[in-house]
Amino acid sequence: MCLAIPAKVVELADGDMATVALEGIKKKISIALLEDVVPGDYVLVHVGYALHKVSPEEAARTLKLMSEAGVLKEELEEIAGETQ
Amino acid sequence: MNMMETGGRSGSVDMTHGGGGRAMASLISDLFQRHLANDLLSQGHDATRFEVPAGRLVMSTDGHVISPLFFPGGDIGSLAVHGTLNDVAMAGARPLYLTAGFILEEGFPLRDLERIVMSMAEACRAAGVPIVTGDTKVVEKGKGDGVFITTTGLGVVPDGVDISGDKARPGHAIIVSGTIGDHGVAILSKRENLEFETEIRSDSAALHGLVAGMIDAVPTIAVLRDPTRGGLAATLNEIAQQSKAGMVLDEAAIPMKPDVAAACELLGLDPLYVANEGKLICICAADEADRLLAVMRAHPLGKDAAVVGQVVEDTAAMVQMKTGFGGGRIVDWLAGEQLPRIC
Amino acid sequence: MKYVDEFRDRELAEKLASAIRQEAKPDRKYYFMEFCGGHTHAIFRYGVQDLMPKNVEFVHGPGCPVCVLPVRRLDDAVEIAEKHNAILCTYGDMMRVPGTKQRSLIRAKADGADIRMVYSTTDALKIARDNPDRQVVFFAIGFETTTPPTAVAIRLAKAGSLKNFSVFCNHVLTPSAIQHILQSPEVRELGTVHIDGFLGPSHVSSVIGYEPYEFFAEEFQKPVVIAGFEPLDVMQSTHMLIRQINEGRHEVENQYARVVTREGNEKAQAMVADVLELRSSFEWRGLGTVPYSALRIRDEYAEFDAEKRFELTPKKSREVKSCECPAILRGVKKPTDCKLFGTVCRPDNPMGSCMVSSEGACAAYYTYGRQRAAAPAEEAAREGEAA
Repeated sequence: MCLAIPAKVVELADGDMATVALEGIKKKISIALLEDVVPGDYVLVHVGYALHKVSPEEAARTLKLMSEAGVLKEELEEIAGETQ
Repeated sequence: MNMMETGGRSGSVDMTHGGGGRAMASLISDLFQRHLANDLLSQGHDATRFEVPAGRLVMSTDGHVISPLFFPGGDIGSLAVHGTLNDVAMAGARPLYLTAGFILEEGFPLRDLERIVMSMAEACRAAGVPIVTGDTKVVEKGKGDGVFITTTGLGVVPDGVDISGDKARPGHAIIVSGTIGDHGVAILSKRENLEFETEIRSDSAALHGLVAGMIDAVPTIAVLRDPTRGGLAATLNEIAQQSKAGMVLDEAAIPMKPDVAAACELLGLDPLYVANEGKLICICAADEADRLLAVMRAHPLGKDAAVVGQVVEDTAAMVQMKTGFGGGRIVDWLAGEQLPRIC
Repeated sequence: MKYVDEFRDRELAEKLASAIRQEAKPDRKYYFMEFCGGHTHAIFRYGVQDLMPKNVEFVHGPGCPVCVLPVRRLDDAVEIAEKHNAILCTYGDMMRVPGTKQRSLIRAKADGADIRMVYSTTDALKIARDNPDRQVVFFAIGFETTTPPTAVAIRLAKAGSLKNFSVFCNHVLTPSAIQHILQSPEVRELGTVHIDGFLGPSHVSSVIGYEPYEFFAEEFQKPVVIAGFEPLDVMQSTHMLIRQINEGRHEVENQYARVVTREGNEKAQAMVADVLELRSSFEWRGLGTVPYSALRIRDEYAEFDAEKRFELTPKKSREVKSCECPAILRGVKKPTDCKLFGTVCRPDNPMGSCMVSSEGACAAYYTYGRQRAAAPAEEAAREGEAA
């Protein structure tokens, strides 16, 4: 449910509107649902509306947890090699 | 295109332009014959006489309807030329002649019609294939969508070439000639209520030059097909079914522009199903793949060519894909038109 | 694409897969309901199941707004377009859903109704402004994610005195649906549906926050992990659920912290509350009548309520009889348990809504998953690994 994609705010416009960029794609969306949006923010875009800002700190933290979660097969083999 | 030449043409199509009288005659001579001029067309007969070389002929016809009529990278005119040339080329043939039938809607601006015809003329010149006969009809306002163009192409297949959709065999390599989804995304970007800004342009192009080089290098190519409507997925499923073989694609190997991927994410589309108008799929023996790739990459229309998968034994004739993520999925036929979605 | 590609990384997927294998106890099975169709879609599109141990199974939930809309409401929308000659604006998702006697919006359009696909409510407003002589109705569907944009449109219509615009409101609420599933006899007494925990809604939660789920976790003693829609999000959340179960916990955890907070988007919530209010009950396809599970337009905005503007006639709406969508939406049956699945009912000829939406369980099974057993792709993938 609810297809939404993070995009970068590149320009603010009148009437609670803003232009966001996703790679080279630019689209005008509404930022009426958010406070204090500034260019450079990443926002979650759903049906032409920004629903929430994306937190760079939390994104980094999640990725870090992922990379610490398990070990790669090669790493396992390495470990096995060392203990032999 | 030289826009100056259209300068000054005003007015719009009315019923007299299809009535068989003077208005129709002058439309044909001033507009169609003037821009599309060649020796055969200027015979001015309803049927054009020409010589054909010895060998097997192929013939293909294609009706073109598109909205918007003008889009980044082309228009209905160039598309109508490229589309049919490509259908002929996918049989391994060298295209010789084209015909064009126009259905015009009453009220369609003559200036736009001239722009379209000039674009066809340019596409024909670049391709080296003339339009040798044509037809014009006018329908009442509300009974057409501006202009519809049907083109028919005739071509000749070189000796020793035997290309067909039922010739894919397990072990064969699947090659795509370049980035997928460009045309569909360019069109969508201009659709009412969807508009977005992008640098992506339609890939609309005539592929017979590329094909000629490929056949010279590897005459034993098994299958050629252009993945137009329904995209890569529909075309591969078609071939799989005709050849009664399965396919396994490698998602990470499929060439795609980042902006096409981004537009698809934004609209909830799967780029595998998005239309192309200047790309081809080639299936050949695995040990010929490298030679073909080298030839293709040396051609401007094949510079991003890549091997994207292989044909496998599968009685169910399914197209499957190793995802870039490391899992597997089926790549099925498209169910109807792919619509932008919210969920 | 920033914040997208990182969460589809293959190497991290392998790491998470190994972590899940280590965490999952081999002597038991784990059943997790992914409430959202977005999760269903991610699981199938990226082949997430292939990276999971065999004893971890996903139960597909009802979180697909197109799937849970009862046929009668779709028939009503067709009536608005046909009988009242309105321009009906709809999201693309609804176009192919079959109504009574297989009549869909796309069919009605072919028969002459003025039905227009829009990407956003702002497009519907523009159509209303461009066609002052026509009634323009926005067919609003969706969960809490899609609701705020509808509320904004109604507020803008009021502010701009847009007299020819109205909304046919079908917005539904996620927490009431989850509660309904947990209270169903299949889960509570019969035990026919086994659910050990939930992958919680991601984008819905960006609006409502994760606080609303704390009640279920406590009341029903089931862990909930708010999970993003990218495949790595689904894997990490699954890992978190397994860990909670192994440790005997049943808490709400938030994997999707990059856009979900405990409070959610309070500005959006306030706008929704200004324009919409709870319905005392609403019919869901599959779940039946669910109390306090949907929203309607408040009296202060009644002039924009299509249900008040147009007289809708009572209808004998009917679904295809042997279609198992209702049971599939409750997690009681799998798509492959349905006699119609893959035979008469296919994405190109859908009998029920679950086969239409790309996140419907049937469409996902059909498009990405059927005949998994005989999948050469998996073999090829394994060969690739071995090489």
